[in-house]
Amino acid sequence: MEQLFEGLLNDHLGFVVWAAVAFILLLILLGKFAWKPIMQAITDRERSIEDALLKAEAAKEEMARLTDENEALLKKARIERDLILHEARKVKEQMIHDARDLAQKEGARMLEIAKIEINNQKAIALADVKNQVASLSLEIAEKVLRKQFEDQAKQDDLVADLLKEVKLK
Amino acid sequence: MNFSHILNSKKTAISLILGVFLTFCACKTFAIQHGEHATEEKNAETEAFNPTTAILEHIGDSHYWHVVGETSIPLPVILFTDKGTEYFSSSVFHHGTEAHKGQFYTYKLVEDKIKAVDANGEVDKEASSHVYDFSITKNVLAMWIAGTLILVIFMSVASSYKKREGKAPKGLQSLVEPIIMFVRDEIARPNIGRRYQRYMPILLTIFFFIWMNNLLGLVPLFPGGANVTGNIMFTFVMSAIVMLVVNFSANKYYWKHIFLPDVPVWLYPIMIPVELIGVISRPFALMIRLYANISAGHIIVLSLISLIFIFKSIAVAPVSIVFVLFMDVLELLVAFLQAFIFTMLTALFIGTAVEEHH
Repeated sequence: MEQLFEGLLNDHLGFVVWAAVAFILLLILLGKFAWKPIMQAITDRERSIEDALLKAEAAKEEMARLTDENEALLKKARIERDLILHEARKVKEQMIHDARDLAQKEGARMLEIAKIEINNQKAIALADVKNQVASLSLEIAEKVLRKQFEDQAKQDDLVADLLKEVKLK
Repeated sequence: MNFSHILNSKKTAISLILGVFLTFCACKTFAIQHGEHATEEKNAETEAFNPTTAILEHIGDSHYWHVVGETSIPLPVILFTDKGTEYFSSSVFHHGTEAHKGQFYTYKLVEDKIKAVDANGEVDKEASSHVYDFSITKNVLAMWIAGTLILVIFMSVASSYKKREGKAPKGLQSLVEPIIMFVRDEIARPNIGRRYQRYMPILLTIFFFIWMNNLLGLVPLFPGGANVTGNIMFTFVMSAIVMLVVNFSANKYYWKHIFLPDVPVWLYPIMIPVELIGVISRPFALMIRLYANISAGHIIVLSLISLIFIFKSIAVAPVSIVFVLFMDVLELLVAFLQAFIFTMLTALFIGTAVEEHH
């Protein structure tokens, strides 16, 4: 047993020390110049990929939201348009209606004026006719009387009649 | 295609190395079986090819780094002795055949371990106990190469993260990122829970360091081929660090679970020692698991190659190659799996230590 371990330290201590030095040196150098930047880069990249995915998801949601909003806006616009059109139609009808009313009233008024005018003209015309008839009747009566009073007997009769009528009071 | 090419090169390289052995060796087992007769044979300039020594030599640490054939790179030797520090190249030992007279002692390579020797060339145990070997050995160098490779890869990846901030990964970045994500999402987060981020650096470092060392161990050519993660000293260091991290990040619930468990008081003399053993045995299991798995893989591959030399027949080579190919593919999986299991269990232990009880 003693022989087995004889010179163990003498022969192998050096190797153990060199191996330890090599490993620790490697650990320090790699830790500082390799593992730290590499792990950092990998973690950063993973995080950025995750971020990108999350952002893409958010963008998708935003997109969907915008589409929904657009749809809603469109719907609203359509309703508004319909409303405006409806209003316009109503206004148009009102206007036509009003115009017709106005036209009717105006027509009626003009008709009235025309009637009055006609009546006036008629009255004037009638008066004229009456005058003419009167003067004609007078002329005829004059002519008849003149014819009648050419005969003396007849004049006497008439006087007699008239006197009879008078009778003395 | 590329892959089988590498495997073939490994085969070639190992074959060449073992070929050298064969040139100088004869069958040792044969020698043992045939006693005196064999000794004569041995004298006849042939030595046994002993697969055990050959394999253990290949999975062990060394002061040389075999490149190919007889070419090997001498590595620096650093010795801390009671009299002072010594530096020299391992080439002075001439592969263990010669002693080197240093400043303070005379040294010799005995089974690839540096020992102080006396004037007669005999190992001086007393003097050897004052010599501490801090050499940059094959495993130390291989470990540093793996570490440097990881540093270069991940710093360039980090810089491309900075350059391409917030963009999709590209090139090396896209190769590495899934693995980092795997460590985070499959290892750290489920086992540690909410506070996993604090432990990411150590988990990632452990994972990539072990994996890189495992993979480089499978490469048969020069910069690879060392058995770092199959070295129990290495796994000891890793598991010791894990143990420290786990126990220093432990919260009061963890310590209460150890020292005041929810059992009748008369069970405490049993429970507390058991829990304390658990604190040690968990990292200990980590150490043994990684060491045994990786060493076993190397041993199997080397054994299959050794078959060629045991049978001394080139006809065995195709069979060996097929099996080695299969084993290497399996080892690729094991390399990942063991790094994963080590990190996974580390995360699990940290998770139990920082777990909040409501």
